Amino acid sequence: MLPDNLNIITLVSIGAHPTSGRARRAEQDARAVELGLRLAGDKLQVLHAGNPADEALRAYLGMGLSELTVLEQPSHGDALPLLNSYLKDAGAQLVLTGSQAETGEGSGMLPFLLAEQLGWPLVVGLAEVEKIENGMAQVLQALPRGQRRRLKVRLPFIACVDNAAPTARQSAFGPARRGQLQACEVAVVDDSLLVDAHFQPARPRPKRLKVIKAKTGAERMKAATAKAAGGGGQVLKDVSPQAGAEAIFKLLVEEGMLR
Amino acid sequence: MMLNTLLPILLFAALGLAVIGAGKRFLMWRRGRPAKVDWLGGLLAMPRRYLVDLHHVVERDKYMSKTHVATAGGFVLAAGLAILVHGFGLHSRILGYALLGACVLMFVGALFVAKRRLDPPARLSKGPWMRLPKSLLMFAVSFFIATLPVAGILPEGFGGWMLAVLLAVGVAWGVSELFFGMTWGGPMKHAFAGALHLAWHRRSERFGGGRSTGLKALNLDDRTAPLGVEKPRDFTWNQLLGFDACVQCGKCEAVCPAFAAGQPLNPKKLIQDMVVGLAGGTDAKFAGSPYPGQAIGEHSGAPHLPIVNLNGKALVDAETLWSCTTCRACVEECPMMIEHVDAIVDMRRHLTLEKGATPNKGAEVLDNLIATDNPGGFAPGGRLNWAADLNLPLMSEKKSVDVLFWVGDGAFDMRNQRTLRAFVKVLKAANVDFAVLGLEERDSGDVARRLGDEATFQTLAKRNIASMSQYQFNKIVSCDPHSFHVLKNEYGELGGHYQVLHHSTYMDELISADKLNLGQHKGGSVTYHDPCYLGRYNGEYEAPRAVLKAIGIEVREMERSGFRSRCCGGGGGAPITDIPGKQRIPDMRMVDIQETGAELVAVGCPQCTAMLEGVVEPRPQIKDIAELVADVLLEAPAPAKKPVPTKPEALEVH
Repeated sequence: MLPDNLNIITLVSIGAHPTSGRARRAEQDARAVELGLRLAGDKLQVLHAGNPADEALRAYLGMGLSELTVLEQPSHGDALPLLNSYLKDAGAQLVLTGSQAETGEGSGMLPFLLAEQLGWPLVVGLAEVEKIENGMAQVLQALPRGQRRRLKVRLPFIACVDNAAPTARQSAFGPARRGQLQACEVAVVDDSLLVDAHFQPARPRPKRLKVIKAKTGAERMKAATAKAAGGGGQVLKDVSPQAGAEAIFKLLVEEGMLR
Repeated sequence: MMLNTLLPILLFAALGLAVIGAGKRFLMWRRGRPAKVDWLGGLLAMPRRYLVDLHHVVERDKYMSKTHVATAGGFVLAAGLAILVHGFGLHSRILGYALLGACVLMFVGALFVAKRRLDPPARLSKGPWMRLPKSLLMFAVSFFIATLPVAGILPEGFGGWMLAVLLAVGVAWGVSELFFGMTWGGPMKHAFAGALHLAWHRRSERFGGGRSTGLKALNLDDRTAPLGVEKPRDFTWNQLLGFDACVQCGKCEAVCPAFAAGQPLNPKKLIQDMVVGLAGGTDAKFAGSPYPGQAIGEHSGAPHLPIVNLNGKALVDAETLWSCTTCRACVEECPMMIEHVDAIVDMRRHLTLEKGATPNKGAEVLDNLIATDNPGGFAPGGRLNWAADLNLPLMSEKKSVDVLFWVGDGAFDMRNQRTLRAFVKVLKAANVDFAVLGLEERDSGDVARRLGDEATFQTLAKRNIASMSQYQFNKIVSCDPHSFHVLKNEYGELGGHYQVLHHSTYMDELISADKLNLGQHKGGSVTYHDPCYLGRYNGEYEAPRAVLKAIGIEVREMERSGFRSRCCGGGGGAPITDIPGKQRIPDMRMVDIQETGAELVAVGCPQCTAMLEGVVEPRPQIKDIAELVADVLLEAPAPAKKPVPTKPEALEVH
């Protein structure tokens, strides 16, 4: 169900182990590579913006990649314009990323900004690509509690994966050592945010108190499996596209998303 | 005389074919990678290795050793004399009688071989091996009768042409099996390949009572060397020779814990599969027990084809390789001194380092070892939390001590922390000058290495060696036989040479030196479980028993104890790769323990503790030797000096 000459690019970053903080392949990025390898095999391109001498990048090569392209930039550089211009020319049909980096800002904004600048659709929480035909992809998007939503997206698009995507394969020493880190010289753009902002340790997020209201096992089961019940909202069925769009527009204005 | 012309022709034709076969076989082995061997020295040492070292192993089975001495000794003598007498026509009466004697000796031996084949145990291979006693008998009888005229017992030409034809057929059968069958792949191949295997063995240190159990390091700096073994020809050539020496006695199969548990491993079949790989073909002709749960005849291979196919069938399935607990029971039992564990780890290295195919939790454990220096992925800063209240001296503060206490990764395991704390209590009671590395200690690399990740092992080892090189100490003591083995036998190749003791050995020394004031063990009967990495790997069977004796425990020995101890199932990363079988190895070991009627089993290894405690109750309690000793420590007679109470300067009131 997948065309042979699918051009997929996975964006990767340097991760940090949650307990030791040591550099490693980022968990979600590795899942994005895994998904890419399953879709495109050894034709998958993997792209990183940063230091091509970083040994942690070899952990991605160890998944069976022959090379990894690195847009060379110092740590204070802004990756966004580099990736933007590279992807514009690369002819990618699908760009895969993780949801949030484990190091650096880790804002999780990169796929959104990239999609906005490229004018491509963005799918978050990609779990599986079912088929790609006639310039359209049919994908499964992961929702909370194991639910899946089937989407049709036109190519090219950006998708970010989270922990619902398949687990990354083991990184092996041999391919990691053999693989090439191809440095690509690009014009460095300083990250304007980093010029006057500075990093500080994050405050632990307060934990929500867990109040168990369920009295019986059945109720607990229901609470654990039921869909998140939204408050209001309405289900529109068999309405004209015009009416549907108007309803959505009205809601967005109400919610303050559009002004 | 017809026989006088026929016999030399038969003999020399068979010998000629044997020489050609030997050449072909030799070239087959040489398809493997080069290995450094002492060509001449090995050959010269070979008779001694055959007659002494190998005999010591065979001698554990008295029936078989006597049978083998008679048959093989008789055959070697008879063959040599037959070549002189019948080949070169030296019809001397003395030689004739000597040949008759040799034939009788061989005949008697062969009768016992035949007797054992009447109702052979399951571990023995059938097929061509069932034919062997008949061939041996035929050889002995034919040459006996043909030699009678030479000795002057029967007249020349007795029996006429009828007997001559019968004898010619008998001799032809005998020499086919015993001369050229030896080099063309018959059952007698074990004698030819076995002799050369002993000569050019990859661990020549094992002969003459030595011990060599540490895995050999991969040279990771050599980018052209393969990372482990993918194809049969990636083995070193003398490993291939070693596989070919297998006599299919199945002693390995009988002791293999994975085989007994119904996991898809049979060490004998594995070695025979490697022989199939080195010669090319399928395993259809294998006439022994299959891998549990797998049919025979579905696997095939060749020297240049991958041994494991992860998406289908090749020579061996990956599960077979991952079933091994590296307990070394097969190597200990093998009368041909074949190195099964080396071969298995070599093949695992390829799967892990090249294919990234360590099964189940393997990948996670290796990632943890890389990122946190411990297999559980715990924050490295918590390595000394178990001793937060013990005020342990650190190497970084003391710089120079007598004993470096190697804590091991058991530091993160709550059960093992009890053992560690007990041992610290003993060390303190004996006023030992000791310290720990604390946060400078990392996993020893044992699990990574057995899972085939040589790169991670070497990284961990080198960092540990660097930590230790900053300090001075006389010896390392560890409660973990796996760390103990790796530090003692495997760090040397990477530049770390230490005197390493298991805590049982060290406590034995302390007790002998009267440094401990011990009471007597109260409580029920006790048995002792020998850890593989302490016993078979390092030959320490006595010290733990001496310690137990010193605290008044008379060990109720299990049937399988000492060098025959059965594995707990926890070695070689087996609990991590977790290949399913029909039963669990620790359950089988617990049955062994329960057969002694003991109420408590003394152990000396965190893995054994974890595996045996994982067996459902009711079962005997499990305690480490250190805990047993710590339990009976008596308060030392109060020291004379009394600390002068310091005057409180001011009372703070909150």
